[in-house]
Formats: sequence, structure tokens, C-alpha cells
Amino acid sequence: MAATDNKQPDQRGGFWNDSGKAGIGSWIFSTDHKRIGLLYFYSTFGFFLVGVLLGLLLRIELMAPGRTIMGPQTYNALFTVHGVVMIFLFIIPGFQGSFGNLVMPIQIGARDVSFPRLNLFSWWIYMIGALVVLTALFTGGGPPDTGWTFYVPFSARTGTNVSLAVLGVFIIGFSSILTGINFVTTIHRLRAEGMGWYRLPLFTWSLYATAWIQILATPILAITLVLIIAERLLGTGLFDPGQGGDPVMFQHLFWIYSHPAVYIMILPAMGVISDIIPVFSRKPIFGYKMIVFSSIAIAAAGSLVWGHHMFTSGMSDTAVLVFSFLTFVVAIPSAIKVFNWVSTLYRGSISLEAPMLFALTFILLFSIGGLSGLILGAAATDIHVHDTHFVVGHFHYVMFGGTGFAFFAAMHYWLPKFYGRRYAEKPALVAWGLMFVGFNILYFTMQVLGMKGMPRRYYDYLPEFADLNLVATIGSWILAVGLLIMVINLFRGLWWGVPFEGNPWGGATLEWSVPTPPPTENFEQEPVVTHGPYDFKGTGIP
Amino acid sequence: MSQPHHKDYAGAKLGMWLFLFTELLLFGGMFILYAVYLARYPHEFAAGGKQLHWVMGTVNTVILLTSSLFVAMAVTALQRGEVRRTIGLISGTIICAAGFLVIKYFEWSAKIGHGIFPGSPHLKEGPPGESVFFSLYYMTTGIHGLHVVIGSILLAWIALKVKHGSVHSGDYVLLENGALYWHLVDLIWIFIFPLYYLVL
Repeated sequence: MAATDNKQPDQRGGFWNDSGKAGIGSWIFSTDHKRIGLLYFYSTFGFFLVGVLLGLLLRIELMAPGRTIMGPQTYNALFTVHGVVMIFLFIIPGFQGSFGNLVMPIQIGARDVSFPRLNLFSWWIYMIGALVVLTALFTGGGPPDTGWTFYVPFSARTGTNVSLAVLGVFIIGFSSILTGINFVTTIHRLRAEGMGWYRLPLFTWSLYATAWIQILATPILAITLVLIIAERLLGTGLFDPGQGGDPVMFQHLFWIYSHPAVYIMILPAMGVISDIIPVFSRKPIFGYKMIVFSSIAIAAAGSLVWGHHMFTSGMSDTAVLVFSFLTFVVAIPSAIKVFNWVSTLYRGSISLEAPMLFALTFILLFSIGGLSGLILGAAATDIHVHDTHFVVGHFHYVMFGGTGFAFFAAMHYWLPKFYGRRYAEKPALVAWGLMFVGFNILYFTMQVLGMKGMPRRYYDYLPEFADLNLVATIGSWILAVGLLIMVINLFRGLWWGVPFEGNPWGGATLEWSVPTPPPTENFEQEPVVTHGPYDFKGTGIP
Repeated sequence: MSQPHHKDYAGAKLGMWLFLFTELLLFGGMFILYAVYLARYPHEFAAGGKQLHWVMGTVNTVILLTSSLFVAMAVTALQRGEVRRTIGLISGTIICAAGFLVIKYFEWSAKIGHGIFPGSPHLKEGPPGESVFFSLYYMTTGIHGLHVVIGSILLAWIALKVKHGSVHSGDYVLLENGALYWHLVDLIWIFIFPLYYLVL
């Protein structure tokens, strides 16, 4: 991928032609945070497109009852690989790796991250892990068929290539931990003069909260995955009731990481939205400090709610009540953010350009997803919709409608800054419209299906679900067409589009004060920060 | 691991401390399992603990504590610019680590000789809690042993750097971080030792 961005580095200027070296080596061995950011961007976004294709295939299979295009084993493998690719290869490393790397050091006025070589190393570990996961698909007993959650006892017994896939995810976990350490250290140590904690842009704040979750939660996933491999290879039996183990303990350990991990996925997205909304409303963000505190509160409280994935697993009623209560507690900081974004819009001078449209869509879709999450978080209703398509719909509303759309917003907002060229506005709006419509047809229908009782991860279903499944599949096609237009328009623009210079959107954060594309070490001289990140008057931006 | 412009010592140490947290949490997962299964099978855990050789465990504890002392002294020696003494002390640490692993090897092979290893027929016939105890024992001490190996390699690499002069009395944060890592390996053993050998 990196080779293709190398086509015309000379005309771009800035960090594109600094090293004097050319070719792929100047990318994959570069310690420049912007180059590493683009490496991450192309690798994670590439995996995203793979995941989209797998998702489309799953929807085609579910278009009609019975066998449509694949058998049950293939279906099981596809939804597993779709989940593993989307979660571990795209959405967890995606934001931190690509936009975190591209933007965060500039936003705090630094030349680079604290440990540039470690940063490059993280990307390499990520790629090695991804390679191991991909190898798992084509070797041994075939692609894993456990679902991305790798639940025991099935994952300990299935003949498919679970061990290797799990090893790949384990390796990627290291990359995530090292990025987290790097970012926390960078934000503590390398802020420019005048960049106090309350002048940090909210995107950087959200990366900071995310980095802490990566540091505190990922090791638990690592040990859990090691224990699965030991279970399969050595027969340790720690999760095997036949040998005195307890499979529910696996679920606890798994979700102790994997629930906080959804905040790894959503927090940077919330940060992007908090950066974009004020710029396109021409108003300072409403309630800056509350957004900061709510990020920290989400990171903290979100670490204590993992049990809500396990209401039907046979925990004690006390545990169910406590986890249910804590789940509702997490809804509070999330709602604070939504109210703050909406209040920022109030009486703002709103310009509906592509980044803003995606950002507004985030608010709507995330709210729908978040509210449906409360239905799942309430123990009484969860019993009915647990493991149905309602969960699938909820998760995609939050993760795709939330993080995905925020990722697209970030792509439209920041990538032109780093390429010096921009996409065409009209096709971007058309793409947005199609995606918005297709998205809701697809996932809202899934939620309805779930309410009616259609289980998830089933290859076949009862005839009464047929109509709605067809509707959902048609929605997936509309969504895919929109996505395709967006990708073509965006990348065409970045290569051949009209030049993008200066600060056309009037952002007040530091990345808009440096040349386009930014030079290698970002700042000619160390910047001194004199105004807040959303203080448009202080910067003289009209 | 630092900026080409100016070395950020505090940053390098902060990064290392964060990494040590992640290591603690990694073992934390196994300590959680230990706690839950201990509550479920107190008698089997007590019986399992009695089968472990507490003398070997004690000797290993002393060895690791000594190795930690050596590496701490190595940091001080390097601060004073005593390169040869630094290398000698680091070597002392690595020799202790090797001794630890040798004793661990004898412990493990004796147990395996008695048919006690994960998935063994002996454990499958016994009470379920015994199997859980020994599986946890092997996993925890195995992963700890792996950390001893990694730490030794790390310290050997740092000793080479000291010898070549790229880590010296004016720039010794790498040795400090290596020593921190070694103390962590020691610290985790300080928890493993009583939990498995003594308490029960």
C-alpha cells in the first residue's frame, strides 16, 4: 500500500519528500509519526474493506432462508473472520494508529511522539500479527469458526485453526499496549509551552483516555489468549469443567478486556466529533471540561461493566444487578457528550460540509446505538434479546454508525491536510446520503429482527424472518455503493484533486497552523500556545 | 527509545513504569484465577501446595532477591562510572537467573516424573481441584520463567552496551529501565512463592 502513496511525493512537499530517500523503504522504516500514521491508515483501512466484503457475503447468505451461497461451516468461518478482522485489525488499532499518529503530536505542539522507534516497531508488530491471523485462515484445520469472542469450550475443542488466529491477536495486543504507552508518555512529556492540560484539543484528550485503557486492559486479553492456546495445546483444563475449570471464568477474563476495548474503539471517535463540531459551527465547544471528564469517566467506569455480556451465563443475581447498574452509569458520561455536542450546534453558524455531515450522523447513530445498549444493559430485557440480531444491530450502530462514521469524518477532515489535495464535495455528499440510508435500512432492520427473536450467528432461519432479512441485505448493498463512491472520490481527490492549502475550515487547533502538508518535524520552531483549541477569536479566524 | 534532539529521561522512565503496569496486569489475570479457584477448591489447593518443594522455592526466592540486589548495585556502579564492576554485577544477576532456572528445571522435572503435568492421566483421575492447582502452577511459573529468560537476555544486551560505552555514567537510563524490569520479575515471584508454596 505504501508504495502507491509514493507515486508523486515530490510535488507534495512537506514530510512527503524530506528524507531524500524514496521507495518503500522510506516508509516502512520511517520513524516520522506522519508516515507511520499513513502506514497504519492504509493497513487498517485495507482490512476494513476486507471486512466489509466479508460482511456483504454474510448478508447475501442471509438474504433468503436455507442455503444461498455458502454452507454452514463457511458461514461460521466468515462471521468469525469478519469479526476478528474488523475488531482486531481495523477498529482497535485504526484510530489510535492512523489519526492518533498523524494528528496528535502536531496538536500538542511536538515534533514527534516520545518513542518514535517504538512507534514504528508497534506498526511492525501489528503487521506481523495481522500476517499470522491471515495465515491462520489458509492453513491447518481452516479458518476459525468460534466467533471473534473465542468462547470456550468450543474454542478449546474445534478442529479449526484457532490457536494460530489467537496467537495473531495476542501479537497485535502488544502493538496496542506499546502505542498506549507511547501516547500517554507523549501527552505527558511533549506538550509545547503554553499547552496546558485544559488547552489540549479534545481529540488528544480522548486518545489519552484511550491509551490508558489500552495499557490497563490489553494485558488481561493477552493472558486470556495464552490460556486458550495452553488449553488447546497442553490440555491445562483451566476452563474445562471436566477437569475442575470453569468456562465462565474465561468469559470474565475475556470481557474484562473486551468490554473496555469497545471504549478503545469509541473514545477516539468521540474525540474527532468534539474537534469537528465546533469548527463547522463556528463556535467554541460547549462544556469543554465536562467532555474531558466524561472521557475519563467512560474510561474508568467502562472498565467495571464487563459482566453485562454475561447476564445469561449463570452469574449470581447480585452480580447481574451490580453490572446492570454500572452499565447505566456509563450511559451518563456518554449522554453528557451528546448534549454538549448538540449545545455546541445551538445558534452556531453551521456549514454542512462532508466532515460535518459525517460528524452529525455520528451523533444520531451513536445515540440510537447507545440507547439500544441500555435495553441490553437492563438485565430483564437482556434475557429476551441476548444473542439475537438485536445485539448485532446495536453493536453495528455504535461501532460502524459511531466509530466508522467518525473515521470517515476524520478522513474527510484531516487527510487533505496531509496530502495537500482534497476530494470533490458533491460526490462526498452523495456518498454520505447513500451510506446513511443504507446503514439504517440494514441495521435498524437487524434490531427489529432481533426483537422478533432471530438469533445471531445462525446460518439459517425461520421463514417468517425472510422479508426483513431481504430488506436488510438490500440495505447492505446501498451502504456498499455509498462506501465505494466515498472511497473513490476521497482517494481520487487526494491524488488528483484541487489543491488544499492553509486553513480552509478555520480550525483553531495547532495542526491547522502548520504548512500543508506538514514538514517533517512539524514546526519550524517550537510553538508557544497562547489560546485554547476552540478559541476561534483568539486566532483571528473569522 | 528516545528523541534524537534531547534525551527525555523522565519520559523514558515513565514509559517503562507504564510497561511494568501491563506486566503486573498480565500476571493479575492468573492471580484472579488463583483467587477464584482457591475459594472453590480450598482443600485440593492445600494438598497441592504441600506437594511442592518449599525448600527449593525458598532457595529460589533468595537467589532472585540476591540477583535484584546485584542489578541495583550495577546501576549505582555505573552512575559512578565503574564500568568493569557494572558488567561484573550484571553478570552476577544473570548467573543468579540461570541458577533460578536450573532449580526450576529440577522442580518441574521431578513433578513431571511423578506424572503431574497439565492433562496428565494422573491429574485427570485425581480430584478436579488438584488439576486446576497444578495447571495454574505450571502456567504461572512457566510464564514467570519466560520473563526470567527475557530479563536475562535484556540485561546481557545492556551489559554489551555498557562494554561498548553507549550506556555510560552520563546516559544510563537503559540500564535503569532494565533493572526496573528485573525488579518486576523478582516482585512477581515474591507473590507467586507464598501463594503456591507457603500459604496452603
